[in-house]
Amino acid sequence: MNIIQVTDLHKSFGDLEVLKGITEEIKEGEVVCVIGPSGSGKSTFLRCLNMLEEITAGEVLVDGFNLIDPKIDINEVRAETGMVFQHFNLFPHMTALENVMLAPAKVRGISKEEAKTAGLAMLEKVGLSDKAYVYPDNLSGGQKQRVAIARALAMNPKVMLFDEPTSALDPELVGEVLEVMKDLAKEGMTMVVVTHEMGFAREVGDRVLFMDEGIIVEQDLPEKLFSDPKNDRTKEFLRKIL
Amino acid sequence: MEFEVQAMFKSFPFLLEGMKWTIYFTVTGLILGFAIGVIIGFGRTAKNKLLFSAATVYVEIIRGTPILVQAIWIYYALPELLGFNLNEFMAGTAAIAINSGAYIAEVVRGAIQGVPKGQREAGRSLGLNHFQTMRYIIWPQAFKRMIPPLGNQFIISLKDTSLFSVIGAAEMTLKATVVVAANFSYLEVYSLLALMYLSLTIPLTIALRSLERRLDVS
Ligand SMILES: Nc1ncnc2c1ncn2[C@@H]1O[C@H](COP(=O)(O)OP(=O)(O)O)[C@@H](O)[C@H]1O
Ligand SMILES: [Mg+2]
Repeated sequence: MNIIQVTDLHKSFGDLEVLKGITEEIKEGEVVCVIGPSGSGKSTFLRCLNMLEEITAGEVLVDGFNLIDPKIDINEVRAETGMVFQHFNLFPHMTALENVMLAPAKVRGISKEEAKTAGLAMLEKVGLSDKAYVYPDNLSGGQKQRVAIARALAMNPKVMLFDEPTSALDPELVGEVLEVMKDLAKEGMTMVVVTHEMGFAREVGDRVLFMDEGIIVEQDLPEKLFSDPKNDRTKEFLRKIL
Repeated sequence: MEFEVQAMFKSFPFLLEGMKWTIYFTVTGLILGFAIGVIIGFGRTAKNKLLFSAATVYVEIIRGTPILVQAIWIYYALPELLGFNLNEFMAGTAAIAINSGAYIAEVVRGAIQGVPKGQREAGRSLGLNHFQTMRYIIWPQAFKRMIPPLGNQFIISLKDTSLFSVIGAAEMTLKATVVVAANFSYLEVYSLLALMYLSLTIPLTIALRSLERRLDVS
């Protein structure tokens, strides 16, 4: 079953057309990595999947919800799609645990006690039980990103969207975040990951999409795309990055 | 030139009486001004054109006119529109409220817009609605940024109350002019008056600086 179905998606900012017709299906449990040069529209594509960007034209179905249907409750859809940002975007005025508890308590309406129990379990899952009462300012980048992942997971989303989750991290902190993501993938979480970590894409990805200038130029199994790219633009990009 | 300390001591109780009103105007005026500032400040961040324009017109009118003119307009002109008189205490409080409201609105707007865009996006991506995102994520961070400029506004408004002698409000400056008319000790009384303003503003400034350091907002 397709949990995400994108049909001829276009997105413009004013006169600038950033997405120029994307059609893509993502199955439940799939891990799809998105690669491509900077400015090619990877973030915009991801952000259209939970309506952080308004869709200019085309159709996006997420878990059966048609995002361009004005009658749907967009907050309901967003609650089902977790998002992890390059710059973490943790709430600085809340402890790690409060960051994780906020949405379950306010959106799902569960009790504080329940939210706390679930929140602590989520922090344990990302290996940060001992940081529950620490504020983001006192966490390392890797720890911040793991809290951000726990925060998204606390809503029990059906899909997780990652936008370059390790790009802002010091090299020695990348591993701990990728480990958490690998565990998630093993549990069967549907994931769309914009990343420059080719090792991760190769090891964990079920599929790799190569984006350039607002379209998906080529897509394939990771081993195929990396070892035998068909398109010239893919070849050039991979030559530069590998 | 002779400096009669005696005259200072004698006029002190009168000025102290006026100081009560100075503080009263400042505190009640700013409480109301904060309420106005929050409403107008949100209007200034609104996507809705009508709300935005109305808030902008308010801010521009108030910031474009002197508070002295606002005070005499409220005291002398407004009653003709209302059909009833305002006493000088109501008019003074209203003048501080309406005036500080415009400046606080800009403080509120700046503080809200100063919270990084990613904070709103993180909130919305978790499924929080616009109001919840504002209430739990944006506002607490914005409020922290508002404290230093609000402190400055407090000091500005406190000094502005000295203008209310023109509407006959018995605040500190008016009291001083009354005392001087009787004893002609200009140097002593007006020096005391200045010192008494400083006795309010200096501690406030120091408290504000230490609060800023503790909040770590720059
Ligand atoms: N809010 C925005 N307003 C205007 N242009 C934008 C906005 N967001 C992204 N863009 C533009 O869209 C293009 C694609 O951006 P993005 O999706 O962030 O690319 P990527 O993530 O692949 O680096 C870029 O040219 C960028 O400048
Ligand atoms: Mg990007």
